[in-house]
Amino acid sequence: MAVNRMFRICPSTGLSYHEPAEKLIRWNAVAGVVSLLVGGILALLIILTRWQAVHLLPPDWFYLVLTVHGLDMLVFWIIFFEIAVLYFCASTLLRCRLAAPRWAWTAFVLMVAGALINNYSVFRGDSSVMFTSYAPMGAHPTFYLGLILFAVGALIGCFVFFGTLVLAKNEKTYRGSVPLVTFGAVTAAIIAVFTIASGAIILIPTFLWSVGLVDHIDSLMYRTVWWAFGHSAQQVNVAAHVSVWYAIAAIVFNAKPMSEKVSRTAFLLYILFLQLASAHHLLADPGLTSNWKIFNTSYAMYLAVLASMVHGLTVPGSIEVAQREKGFNNGLFEWLRRAPWGNPCFSALFISLIGFGFLGGISGVMMGTEQLNLIIHNTIYVPGHFHATVVIGTTLAFMGLTYFLIPTLFRRELMFPGLAKWQPYVFGLGMCGFSLFMMGAGTLGVPRRHWDMSFAGNPLGYEFPGMAYLMMALMAICGLAAIVGGAMYLLITVGSVFLGKKIETPGFAYVRAKDGVAPTTRPVEVAFETHGTNIGTAGFAAPGTFVLAMVFLVAFVLYYFVNWKYLSTVWPLS
Amino acid sequence: MSAIQSPANRVWWKQPLDRVEGSWIAIAFVWCLVMFFMMPYWHVYGKQNLSNEAYRTTPEMFSGKTQAMVDKYKVREETDLKIPVVHPPAGSDVYLIARLWQWWPMLELEEGKTYRLHLSSMDWLHGFSLQPENINIEVHPNYEHVVTLTPTRAGTYSIICNEYCGINHHTMASRLYVVKPK
Amino acid sequence: MANANTTSPIAEDDIPDEPIPAMQQLLDNPFLLLFIGIAMPTVLYIIWGVMEIVGIPIAK
Repeated sequence: MAVNRMFRICPSTGLSYHEPAEKLIRWNAVAGVVSLLVGGILALLIILTRWQAVHLLPPDWFYLVLTVHGLDMLVFWIIFFEIAVLYFCASTLLRCRLAAPRWAWTAFVLMVAGALINNYSVFRGDSSVMFTSYAPMGAHPTFYLGLILFAVGALIGCFVFFGTLVLAKNEKTYRGSVPLVTFGAVTAAIIAVFTIASGAIILIPTFLWSVGLVDHIDSLMYRTVWWAFGHSAQQVNVAAHVSVWYAIAAIVFNAKPMSEKVSRTAFLLYILFLQLASAHHLLADPGLTSNWKIFNTSYAMYLAVLASMVHGLTVPGSIEVAQREKGFNNGLFEWLRRAPWGNPCFSALFISLIGFGFLGGISGVMMGTEQLNLIIHNTIYVPGHFHATVVIGTTLAFMGLTYFLIPTLFRRELMFPGLAKWQPYVFGLGMCGFSLFMMGAGTLGVPRRHWDMSFAGNPLGYEFPGMAYLMMALMAICGLAAIVGGAMYLLITVGSVFLGKKIETPGFAYVRAKDGVAPTTRPVEVAFETHGTNIGTAGFAAPGTFVLAMVFLVAFVLYYFVNWKYLSTVWPLS
Repeated sequence: MSAIQSPANRVWWKQPLDRVEGSWIAIAFVWCLVMFFMMPYWHVYGKQNLSNEAYRTTPEMFSGKTQAMVDKYKVREETDLKIPVVHPPAGSDVYLIARLWQWWPMLELEEGKTYRLHLSSMDWLHGFSLQPENINIEVHPNYEHVVTLTPTRAGTYSIICNEYCGINHHTMASRLYVVKPK
Repeated sequence: MANANTTSPIAEDDIPDEPIPAMQQLLDNPFLLLFIGIAMPTVLYIIWGVMEIVGIPIAK
């Protein structure tokens, strides 16, 4: 069988693209952005409903729209984009042909079909069961069928990725170890395989139940296994966006990882422990013991949190070292002041990093504490937390990466560069406010997934304090700003991809396997470069980053114990 | 070599740890241990821990037990739906049913007294959310969760549902009275 | 695939000058990582959790 070995080299970045891989990366990214568009329009409707002063949608539409928003954003947008990132990390970064492009296309077709079928079932009106679809609340069979098809497609995509790694090793397109970013993608793909397997374990019986072939689905069993899918899916995002952070640092600053050993070990901790955190969702459930809850919710002694704290240091640390070596070596923060704040790749990375750490990370660990979860569970604090992780962390990082991909992958000039400069700020800061005010409302007890916090006309309704309404209104206003930021992103990317000025680059050319795309150098024994001898202060190569990390730690410790203090004032429970 | 290229060293594992990374890993690890041991610590010395006591049950069995409590300790009815208000003796077992889209019955508890609250659902998942205390517990069908709780301040509290349970989820609300002991 | 192993002799100088440390070998092996990445949560989260649920006593 003839193997497609058509490659092209991007003249400005030096990256090499394999023809089928390039098409697949493009199409997966485009499908992701389309999902983001749909999810974004629905986000606007949700914001305008939960803003009690506007209260736009009727309840049936609100719950329907919230269901689709959750699925399109948390599943379809992110996983399509992640598949694109996986192919990029395997094929492009390893300069290798993509394994089994036909399977990759099958995967893509299954994913698109699954997403469409699933959205269709919700828009029918009888499957407003939310993203979580907790049995025994049932949806139309096509709801589960769509998700299953999508998951099968994504699983095939993961195996195409693994297959490409094997090809690259056999064809010696790289020597030694894979790049760190590819290693991060390996981490994401491993977590994805576990995620999808768990999804299959629970969604296939639920599908059979919905068509009447199984007569009972246990609610606790469903929640336990479902969250191995639902939460791990978000852990795929964490691994993927951390790799994207490293990639952007490398692209914008040519930053080297501070140490391969530390960063890769941190990814290994993700592989081992990150998925245990699915227990975060079951801390307020009956029947699972505290032993199970404490061990799992803490990722086995917070070892995955340790990993995130390490990445949170090494990504800006590597940027700091790169900047200091360029000469921005004065004081603690010259490297940061002189960073390219007008480059949307960088500003998206930076806001993503800070927002993910300070808002998403701290809140996640706090509410993932067994006892503290009692005062948080199912309040709107929870979506406040995961909008900080999934939107500020993942989506914004992916947005940053797109600004790099448009010229090199789509070979188009970026349209509206002035607008692109501002986009990460409008979107990122809007989302920061949105998450923060949601968390504020959550601490006052405002429930999530709730059409009417005023309980209008209900004689037994609860009257939330005025502050809760204020928080919800501020949330909505910040949310609108984020919607504007999202619209800017869509305008820029869709505009550039379809109407942007074409960049003329050398086309695809046939490369024999034995020649490789470019000669690969064999890694050698060289003396390790030591930082900190001529840069930084007091033997610290990245003192500014270390100071930022300590600020983060202080915020973390204070917030954590404030919540324990608050918990100690509620009714004794045992 | 940057993060998008293979490491330049063949054996990168032996690169000595940078001082910034080493210090941060040590500090962060200590903090992780503190957070981990806070949970068992609170089980021993703290007062707010979610009970591990749970049983498998059925809607019929649970509603039977609840009905028995209502028959025995009903003190009045409230609203047009005539929802019974029960005032069970301090220290007793009290039952609360969650169902589409109602909490049943209403409980009247005494301040400072400890009760064994049994929670179960008749149909789908519901979320017990006590306001403004902000205590939140998941309520499952076919499982009976027994939570020991001690109301500390007299007053009228609300129980709302915070687990999405269908089209009228937002109407599911009830009261919980805490009165001074007579 | 066919000519993957017929690269020029200079590239075949894979005589290790220094053994690769075990941890680096682990991190360079995606399939070993895949195995432990699935085994860990399956045992610690799913199997342990399901066993606890199955063991819940019946109400009297």
